[in-house]
Amino acid sequence: MTITLNSKIPAGSINDKWNTYKEDAKLVAPGNKRKFKVIVVGSGLAGASAAATMAELGYQVDVFTFHDSPRRAHSIAAQGGINAAKNYQGDGDSVHRLFYDTIKGGDFRSREANVHRLAEVSVNIIDQMVSQGVPFAREYGGMLDNRSFGGAQVSRTFYARGQTGQQLLLGAYQQLARQIGLGNVRMFNRTELVDVVTIEGRCAGIVTRDLVNGEVVSHSAHAVVMATGGYGNVFYLSTNAMACNVTAAWRAHRNGATFANPCYTQIHPTCIPQSDPTQSKLTLMSESLRNDGRVWVPQNPDETRPASQVPEAERDYILERLYPSYGNLAPRDISSRAAKRSVDSGRGVGPLKNGVYLDFSDAINRLGKDVVEERYGNLFEMYERIAGENPYDMPMRIYPASHYTMGGLWVDYELMTNIPGLYAAGEANFSDHGANRLGASALMQGLADGYFVLPYTIGNYLAPMLNKPIPGTDHPAFKAAELAAQARYQGYVDIKGTRSPDYFHREVGRIIWDYCGMERTQQGLEKALSELPALYEEFQKDLRVTGDTESMNQTLEKAGRVDDFFQLGMLMCRDALEREESCGGHFRAEYQTDEGEATRDDEKFAHVAAWEWTGDPTKSIRHKEELNFEAIHLATRSYK
Amino acid sequence: MSNHLKDLKLKIWRQSGPAAKGHFEDHIMPEISDEASFLEMLDVLNEGLIGENKLPVVFDHDCREGICGTCSLMINGQAHGPERSTATCQLHMRKFKSGDEIVIEPWRASAFPIIKDLMVDRSAFDRIIESGGFISANTGGAPDANLIPIPKSVADAAMDSAQCIGCGACVAACPNGAANLFTAAKIAHLNLLPQGQAERYKRTEAMVETMDEYFGSCTNHGECEAACPKEISIDVIALMNKDYRKSKLKNRKEISRS
Ligand SMILES: Cc1cc2nc3c(=O)[nH]c(=O)nc-3n(C[C@H](O)[C@H](O)[C@H](O)COP(=O)(O)OP(=O)(O)OC[C@H]3O[C@@H](n4cnc5c(N)ncnc54)[C@H](O)[C@@H]3O)c2cc1C
Ligand code: SF4
Ligand code: FES
Repeated sequence: MTITLNSKIPAGSINDKWNTYKEDAKLVAPGNKRKFKVIVVGSGLAGASAAATMAELGYQVDVFTFHDSPRRAHSIAAQGGINAAKNYQGDGDSVHRLFYDTIKGGDFRSREANVHRLAEVSVNIIDQMVSQGVPFAREYGGMLDNRSFGGAQVSRTFYARGQTGQQLLLGAYQQLARQIGLGNVRMFNRTELVDVVTIEGRCAGIVTRDLVNGEVVSHSAHAVVMATGGYGNVFYLSTNAMACNVTAAWRAHRNGATFANPCYTQIHPTCIPQSDPTQSKLTLMSESLRNDGRVWVPQNPDETRPASQVPEAERDYILERLYPSYGNLAPRDISSRAAKRSVDSGRGVGPLKNGVYLDFSDAINRLGKDVVEERYGNLFEMYERIAGENPYDMPMRIYPASHYTMGGLWVDYELMTNIPGLYAAGEANFSDHGANRLGASALMQGLADGYFVLPYTIGNYLAPMLNKPIPGTDHPAFKAAELAAQARYQGYVDIKGTRSPDYFHREVGRIIWDYCGMERTQQGLEKALSELPALYEEFQKDLRVTGDTESMNQTLEKAGRVDDFFQLGMLMCRDALEREESCGGHFRAEYQTDEGEATRDDEKFAHVAAWEWTGDPTKSIRHKEELNFEAIHLATRSYK
Repeated sequence: MSNHLKDLKLKIWRQSGPAAKGHFEDHIMPEISDEASFLEMLDVLNEGLIGENKLPVVFDHDCREGICGTCSLMINGQAHGPERSTATCQLHMRKFKSGDEIVIEPWRASAFPIIKDLMVDRSAFDRIIESGGFISANTGGAPDANLIPIPKSVADAAMDSAQCIGCGACVAACPNGAANLFTAAKIAHLNLLPQGQAERYKRTEAMVETMDEYFGSCTNHGECEAACPKEISIDVIALMNKDYRKSKLKNRKEISRS
């Protein structure tokens, strides 16, 4: 297959592109919409909003999730907030500024046209969610309240206590539930996508596995949307939920969809450090805490006094010292590396010396305990539950952890992958965040894609297909995919080796974290690329999955996911190796200034790397989409 | 620094499928760090079972942050275990001591059939939401978000109820297997907000009646509130009942008008 990466960016000035697109897009008449079947995989913010909206428009929609209910999607865990260029605070925000901040935050590695559209529709999201009954935080006068997030000098973040993702997801879930109740959406819970089927160059549907009874079934449709979330769990320990995985996107990739910028992963600066070896996941402490918390480490690596007894003069407020104008609100990649360097230099805090302090004592003195409790009460409680320490009395201990993945399925301006009829939305695509995502922008993007972009762009694709037959699930391509899926899962059970999927997951995660984590080097990446295939071979020979394929078997589910993580991991390292520059979350130690800041190479790398599957993840083919900056000048990112 | 618990005696419910007969299975957990979470303790047990070529214990979980509502265990007869306002996944082993016997069972309620071992099917909750737990506002055309000011106290009260994670502990804790706390929490969230007024009575009626189809009836035991990891107050049930009575009246009027 020859790959062409046509970004389909509409002509015209950046301010007009989206309107021009909408005016020119082909439409499906209301009465004809029900003749089209659209499959949405995933019921997070992106999937639920897309499915509900398309069902409202009249399409027949089938939604799939491996969760037991659409309400469980990982979007539920987002804490801090959602950005929108409402300028309710009158502090100088605008669509242009949000656009600019996002491009700059992404270290000039995202596509201008997509990001501008995101900033434009951001305002509609808040209106839509309020009308759905999302109880955003309010001021006493009844108006919506805002807070600030990293990488911004305005307050444009809307929030619902520390549970913004929960409230947004429940809003979208309820909207979806209404359509399910009305019979416009068929919902398939506990059903996992295991393959994507393309026929004559178009996406024809998917193959799923029922997690309760193991049944493998095909579903055909006119268009398929992947809204399946990110792949941060490739690191094993991450802030993602346990079941987050790359399988859906990876199966699309193996069927011809290019995978873009896999090495752009975000390590979030404020997570609770690991405390013991059985730990299964890391917990995020929302970035919003950096509005009032100050990050510091003791000057002296041998400091033994409790935090409160270390005098001011012997503390190093690392972010305030290095980045005076943004201070504790420096972007995530920069803050994470500052924390890592402090710990690497032996100044880490806590019993394992694996964290830095996030200290609220100044805020408590300035604002009073009540105000701090009002703002962050539930986060403080969560911290205490996990760490067993009370952050009103002792500073929190935090350390960076894998959190979000900017890379994902390559999509054009219409959010279509290079396979016609196959779309990707939300964290599953690569589109808007470049090499680093700003806080509170993922929820915005998921809802923008699902509510305000896909419903238009899918219509443009479907219109010419009216009354043309599509291949049914009796097509040999579906049958072949079903057999392959059955064989794959049976294969895991038949290995009968000695080690569990979790064992292998931990091992892959360790290699990726060590060599393709916060800091990468040529040598390290080459090492990873020699260790991973060897470990993968061991996985294929020595995996042990007990039980069978015909009943609920969580070990088997895990085996399939870990298999795909292996292949993705190799591609991540390849991508990181080939990108000989530092940008955003991708920090190559060889490319930095004397002060340790990332050095981009715009001459050679102002492009998207989109990888083509060849059958061997170490031999994938790298394609380029050049990025053109017309509205914004390429500049060195500075937060000093 | 972490301490280790020794010789925990686990009694775990095993059931191979919905129709199968279940039984308790005994396991010894020789040692576990008190920093480990309860579910991490089960992870360790499961790794061991796989090591012995046995079937690991099936249980539902995902976020492990107390927000997705997926985890669901009866621990020593208490929904989500001994710590107040804490979901199972946020429970840590420091709440137990060496030598303890720990009985682990699935939610038991006729509306939540067992799928396997400790995993149950809670889709009856989705049916309740589908019947009316929403505000009908199609995408597009929403007015500016600040057009209708909402007093902070109202937004806060709506948020208190909206925090429900849909875990089902309230049902599991209730001697009647009633879902009143879950249903009322959603009704309170939406009925308190100005945006929710148009469908207030229709919503209440539909949701209560769907709830009654699947779940037992409430006789005011109050066990639900004690088990709820989000501390949803039982007061929401009174609100629901009030709106339900009104809905019957309003809907009668509407029928007579048409
Ligand atoms: C702890 C945490 C806090 C965060 N806080 C914020 C924040 O404050 N602000 C912000 O903007 N962003 C935040 N983020 C990021 C943001 O939450 C996510 O990027 C976003 O919610 C992803 O939404 P989504 O719809 O793309 O995917 P998800 O919500 O992850 O949904 C994925 C869906 O796909 C389904 N799925 C996946 N694979 C398959 C398959 N093979 N078969 C069937 N179904 C499948 C899942 O079941 C699920 O329904 C946070 C992330 C984390 C981890
Ligand atoms: S009301 Fe409480 S116990 Fe019941 S489902 Fe909601 S969060 Fe769980
Ligand atoms: S696993 Fe998500 S609430 Fe417990």
